[in-house]
Amino acid sequence: MSTATVDIHEVPAESGEVNYLNATYGIRSWLLTLDHKRIGLLYLVSITIMFVIGGIAAMLMRINLIEPQGALVEPETYNKLFSTHGIIMVFFFLVPSIPATLGNFLIPLMIGARDVAFPKLNLMSWYIFVTGASLALYSLMTGGVDTGWTFYTPYSSTYSHSAVIAVALGVFIAGFSSILTGLNFIVTIHKMRAPGMTWFRLPLFIWAMYATSLIFVLATPVIAITIFLLGLERLLHVGIFDPALGGDPLLFQHMFWFYSHPAVYIMILPGMGVVSELITAFSRKKIFGYSFVAFSSLSIAVISFVVWGHHMFVTGQSVYAGLVFSVLSFLVAIPSAVKVFNWTATLYKGSISYEAPMLYALGFIGLFTMGGLTGLFLASLAVDVHLNGTYFIVAHFHYVMVGGAVMAFMGGLHFWWPKMTGRLYPDVWARLAAAIIFIGFNLTFFPQFVLGYLGMPRRYAIYPAEFQVLNVMSSAGASILGIGYLIPLIYLTWSMRYGKPAGPNPWGAKGLEWTIPSPPPTENFEEIPIVTEEAYNYAGTNTVSHV
Amino acid sequence: MDAVAWAMIPLQPTSASSIADGVDQLYLFLTGITLFFTVLIFSIIFYFMIKYRRRSNEEVPPEVHSSLILELTWTIIPSLICVVIFVWASELYVRNARPPDASTEIFVIGKQWMWHIQHPEGPREINELHVPVNEPVKVTMTSQDVIHDFYIPAFRVKKDVLPGRYTSIWFQATQTGTFHLFCAQYCGTDHAEMIGWIYVMTPTDYTAWLAGGEKTISMTQRGEQLYSQFGCVGCHAPGDSASGPSLVGLYGKPQKLSNGQTQVLDEDAIRQSLMVPNSVSVAGYKNNMPTYKGQMTEEQVMDLIAFVKSLGSQEKENGK
Repeated sequence: MSTATVDIHEVPAESGEVNYLNATYGIRSWLLTLDHKRIGLLYLVSITIMFVIGGIAAMLMRINLIEPQGALVEPETYNKLFSTHGIIMVFFFLVPSIPATLGNFLIPLMIGARDVAFPKLNLMSWYIFVTGASLALYSLMTGGVDTGWTFYTPYSSTYSHSAVIAVALGVFIAGFSSILTGLNFIVTIHKMRAPGMTWFRLPLFIWAMYATSLIFVLATPVIAITIFLLGLERLLHVGIFDPALGGDPLLFQHMFWFYSHPAVYIMILPGMGVVSELITAFSRKKIFGYSFVAFSSLSIAVISFVVWGHHMFVTGQSVYAGLVFSVLSFLVAIPSAVKVFNWTATLYKGSISYEAPMLYALGFIGLFTMGGLTGLFLASLAVDVHLNGTYFIVAHFHYVMVGGAVMAFMGGLHFWWPKMTGRLYPDVWARLAAAIIFIGFNLTFFPQFVLGYLGMPRRYAIYPAEFQVLNVMSSAGASILGIGYLIPLIYLTWSMRYGKPAGPNPWGAKGLEWTIPSPPPTENFEEIPIVTEEAYNYAGTNTVSHV
Repeated sequence: MDAVAWAMIPLQPTSASSIADGVDQLYLFLTGITLFFTVLIFSIIFYFMIKYRRRSNEEVPPEVHSSLILELTWTIIPSLICVVIFVWASELYVRNARPPDASTEIFVIGKQWMWHIQHPEGPREINELHVPVNEPVKVTMTSQDVIHDFYIPAFRVKKDVLPGRYTSIWFQATQTGTFHLFCAQYCGTDHAEMIGWIYVMTPTDYTAWLAGGEKTISMTQRGEQLYSQFGCVGCHAPGDSASGPSLVGLYGKPQKLSNGQTQVLDEDAIRQSLMVPNSVSVAGYKNNMPTYKGQMTEEQVMDLIAFVKSLGSQEKENGK
């Protein structure tokens, strides 16, 4: 490989070549695999199932909200639907989405390693995740929980008659999967980089995964402790959160958001990493301001630990606490803005092409910009007082989490799908789906900004009739969004069998993962590469050599 | 959608309190900032997408070097904008954090799934609150069970209603009419039905409304009855005794506690000394006050507080 352009026309891997997919056969070879690439695919299957279930819950909610009096279900069922949607999507889809699938698959490939540092721990993490997810799913399906994904006390600890303990235990267990995965990634990135792969030659996806792993390891134990205390109070009536038992009603929220605000960045930082890879590959440019983008990931990770109080501006916390958390929340917005500007500047004088992954990446930048800017409304004390607890919040975090994190996940999946499966998917369908998702997403969530400003509270099974038009618009958008997500599910599955062979580097992209066959062999690299150039060196000559 | 349907979509909530316009101006400014940057980013992306589209597969674009000046520019400008927004929003928030001294007082108890509202003059309401226009109204709230949230969109005010302690908000309605009251903190099965109406009336109508309806005694009078009924008078009679301080002139007074701390006797402190007396025992007295936890309703606690307040306070007399 002398230049990137040659790769595009390179002949696909010969059939019969041994790779990680066909090296061994049978269900046992998958369930006992220690290969980071296979484990990545195991996670992909698991979280896709969770995404579909969480999505169905969302569709049922949107159908119910077409009528002010509720078109489909009783309030009790509606409450269980939004709880199911939130718990599944946050803890069992968004948190593991990019790190556990793309992260597992790509980190060793990108840094020139044969596997992660602790392959057995990696497999164990998946089993822990599946155990937690199965328990939560079983309890959600059989009894259901009606606390919302936030489990606020004393409702969850004393008053709710639903399966709080079982579902919370599922979340508790899955948390250990996050901690162990984070630990594994940190050690892998520190110790397993190929010769010459210095910190400032790392692809930005790795920087993002590193920052995410730090949050995994430092924040997840707090939610574990919080859930444990919740269990103590609910089961044994130890007074911790319920004032009737001598507890403090706000303590839970402090602890919950001390995890859950950093967790928001667990969900978005990996997406930012993916977008850095996509933007550079499809404009054939080095990222603009590499070190600024890299360090903004780290500063986001650090500041994210001290902004939790902005979820509690209306709880009666002191004016001074409000002021401090407000200023810190503005501070965390700056590194995100820096990233957006750098991505945009990367396009300047590039050679830009518009395959599906790039469409997702550009969609991400646009929607994340809106999601981030609407965050400023909520950091502003006087305005947050009005918007807190309304549909404005719902719209804001869906712009960041779906418009941002899920868009990036879809982009990343489409970008590395040929590497994972060795097959290409039909590009026309992929672009069409990306466009449908973008339109459907905006139709669904933009009206919710207006609803929130008008004062419609979230988590309402029924609502005053004056909010109906906007709710119907949102539900209509949701049906388009649903179709948009269904199409990739079909053609990606189709492509695994019928797609054209991809070849090692269908996009002409830089990065060690594109120097090896697709799908990669089990050991990734025949010989460990020596890295002699910076990441995204599209302009220079490729000087990656082998020992 | 036709024109009629479009016209049915409201874009701005009713603005009916003294702070609503201020909040709306900041909201509008933030919307402007959001629009500006969204349009800016979208335009640049579209421009680059067209101008620098790939023309041949062999194309190798020139390297563009990072620029410290640009990085600093797009770090500093957003930071400055954030400073402006922070100062603006915080000033508005701090200015409105404290109710004016001469506020009409209202007491609210949230419970699954209704609002209990008490006027000091005696009348009680459920899911309805009558208030006078153009007068500051202070609402003191607590919950009997889970966390609720008292939200009046038209007034742009919202605050959580917590079990075990008091929170308060205040507002001054600027127009008469009927406005939504929502519970904005998820509180269980019928959360969406924990809604009510705020009736803003002219002062004359309000006085007439207070006088009409069922004849009731005031909160202070009810509190005085409870004061003897629960035997408070035994230790807290006017004039000091060895077992407890006199309640006259006690409200708002800093108290030296037996643990060395000083605490101003406010609503929360009175509630606390009824529920967990040990935690706030006043220095110099025997610490033998029994707890009234589980024996008094939240309504009764509020009545007692009204009574203690009526005995005079260190603060300037409210005049209400």
